[in-house]
Amino acid sequence: MLISAVLIVAAFISKLGFHNEEIAKWGMIIASVFGAIPIAIQAFQALRVKVVSIDVLVTIAVGGAFVIRNFEESAIVTFLFLFGAYLEQRTLNKTRSAIRELTEMAPESAFKQMENGEFEEVRVDDVDIGDVLLVKTGGKVPVDGTVLSGEGYVNEASITGESLPVGKDAGAKVFAGTILDNGTLQIIADRVGEDTTFGKIIELVEEAQDSKSEAERFIDRFSKYYTPAVLLLAVVVGLIWRDIELAVTILVLGCPGALVIGVPVSNVAGIGNGARNGVLLKGSEVISDFSRLDTMVFDKTGTLTIGNPKVADTIFYTDNEDEVKGFLTCVEKESDHPLAKAIVEYFGDFGTYSIEKTDVVKGGGIVAGISGHRVAVGNAALMRAENVAFTEKMTEDIALMETEGNSLVLTSIDGELKALIGIRDQIRPGVKDDLQRLKRLGVKNLVVLSGDNQGTVDIVAKELGLTEAHGHMLPEDKQKYIKELQAEGKIVAFVGDGVNDSPSLALAQIGIAMGSGTDVAIETSDVVLMNSDFSRLPHALGLAKATAANMLQNISIAVGVVLVLLASVFFSEWMNMSVGMLVHEASILVVILNGMRLLRYKLRY
Amino acid sequence: MKKAMIQLEPLTCPSCMLKIEGGVKSLEGVESESINVSFNSSKVKLNFDDSKVSVDEIEKVITRLGYEVKKSQVKDI
Repeated sequence: MLISAVLIVAAFISKLGFHNEEIAKWGMIIASVFGAIPIAIQAFQALRVKVVSIDVLVTIAVGGAFVIRNFEESAIVTFLFLFGAYLEQRTLNKTRSAIRELTEMAPESAFKQMENGEFEEVRVDDVDIGDVLLVKTGGKVPVDGTVLSGEGYVNEASITGESLPVGKDAGAKVFAGTILDNGTLQIIADRVGEDTTFGKIIELVEEAQDSKSEAERFIDRFSKYYTPAVLLLAVVVGLIWRDIELAVTILVLGCPGALVIGVPVSNVAGIGNGARNGVLLKGSEVISDFSRLDTMVFDKTGTLTIGNPKVADTIFYTDNEDEVKGFLTCVEKESDHPLAKAIVEYFGDFGTYSIEKTDVVKGGGIVAGISGHRVAVGNAALMRAENVAFTEKMTEDIALMETEGNSLVLTSIDGELKALIGIRDQIRPGVKDDLQRLKRLGVKNLVVLSGDNQGTVDIVAKELGLTEAHGHMLPEDKQKYIKELQAEGKIVAFVGDGVNDSPSLALAQIGIAMGSGTDVAIETSDVVLMNSDFSRLPHALGLAKATAANMLQNISIAVGVVLVLLASVFFSEWMNMSVGMLVHEASILVVILNGMRLLRYKLRY
Repeated sequence: MKKAMIQLEPLTCPSCMLKIEGGVKSLEGVESESINVSFNSSKVKLNFDDSKVSVDEIEKVITRLGYEVKKSQVKDI
């Protein structure tokens, strides 16, 4: 490429400066030959596997230019083609950088315990499940594993996007690709290579960047026949009109470069930006659906709220609070219900009482016998079943706590109400602002669906400014509701924590999982918010919209350029091979540069 | 049958994909439906019958087409 550039310049100087046509001509010829050889080799290899590639078109065009003794054109065309390819490679590398950074975080070596008990450095491919590995300060955890001994702080940003180091000691799980900030760990390998969480993330991102949308598949099919068609057209023009110059120009102009490269470039840059910002977008089809969505359905617990209910309010109707607390915590310790856990966590230990017997009342609570007393812990329905009488004040208290959005746990001893406990799930900090951002990005309906009672759901909806709220929803009700929305022609995204909601995640056009690195969430959904970070959601939507718009721009640029070029061949004087090649290569660079803008995309609100 | 993943140097032109696909397809023992050349990650994934063709032969075809093979992995399926 450099040789041909030097020769072309030399030829121009000798022609214009010294008016030496002969030397100029030979300079151009040599430049063409040097430039054409690598292209011709590529073309030949393509033809051998029966593919009519761009190289084939250019090689024939250069040959044609030789036939009509237009050496200047042939030299410039080959040079521009090579120079364009070089720039394409440079800029494409930049566009792919975000994803390359991710794959380069993959661990390559590990310190493995050998038979003699010593640790030796081996390639990560040679680590098997069950091997004992040593991780030193500053080192990468090579596999998914369990800590055997030692302690340290691990930076798990590569998996969760969370940059604060997490403390690990014996028994804790560690993930491949995370970095041990300080300390030393000995771990046992549970999953290796592509089966690790990190390996799966990389595989998904790689598949995503090369996944094809309907439009793209069409372009692929189109270009498969397009290049041979251009060749045919050129041959026909050359033979019938005996106008080789026109035929050659058609060959050069017909290269479909920007069209085929435009969409993949936007795709890879958009997905790369997401990967850097804790958002996994699974492919261009997802991006196109996501960018058009108008309805977002949220699961409440764990999505809008932290999913960790806490005791918010307590009222006692007794002089001996400690005894009631003791009975209550003893009964609740028997249960693994989230509300029971919240109560035990809140009150701590209030003495141990021996429980004589316990009955779990389904959908009500627990009835237990303690020290000769009948203790019932549960909801209002259980109290009615136990024939507990409420005073007027009690009824008022219950009503008030319910309107405040509490789930209620009542405790009665021997048929008398002794305690009223209100438990509330905290709304995730910042969720309200994030929902406002989503609205500004054009999401019309924000819906919350929950298994909780309608009152609790309504309060959350009111506080967050949601458009609709539905309580008492079982997973299959949620699915039915999403189907109804879809029947109305809405494009629905479902945001959930990915375990019990996986049917809804799969059903919605876009399933968005709040994944904290769990496999189910990552696999069943279309979009994954790493580390369950709700605040990434507006960025994800904005990015999808920007990427979809970018693809459209690139397609328009590419199609526009081809149309203008073809039109000018027939209707204008200035068009020739070199100009055509210049415009063609320039359009490729324009679409790549346009795609690169996505790497720097940030939500503006 | 085996499954191969071949990592190439970065691909820069979309027509490279057609060339590589065409080249690999011409080998006997390679399952043509399984061939997947990905542009952005510059990888070739395919299934092949190891009694008819070896991964070395597949790599050779790709190298002859002008693309450097960086590494490859073969797994049983």
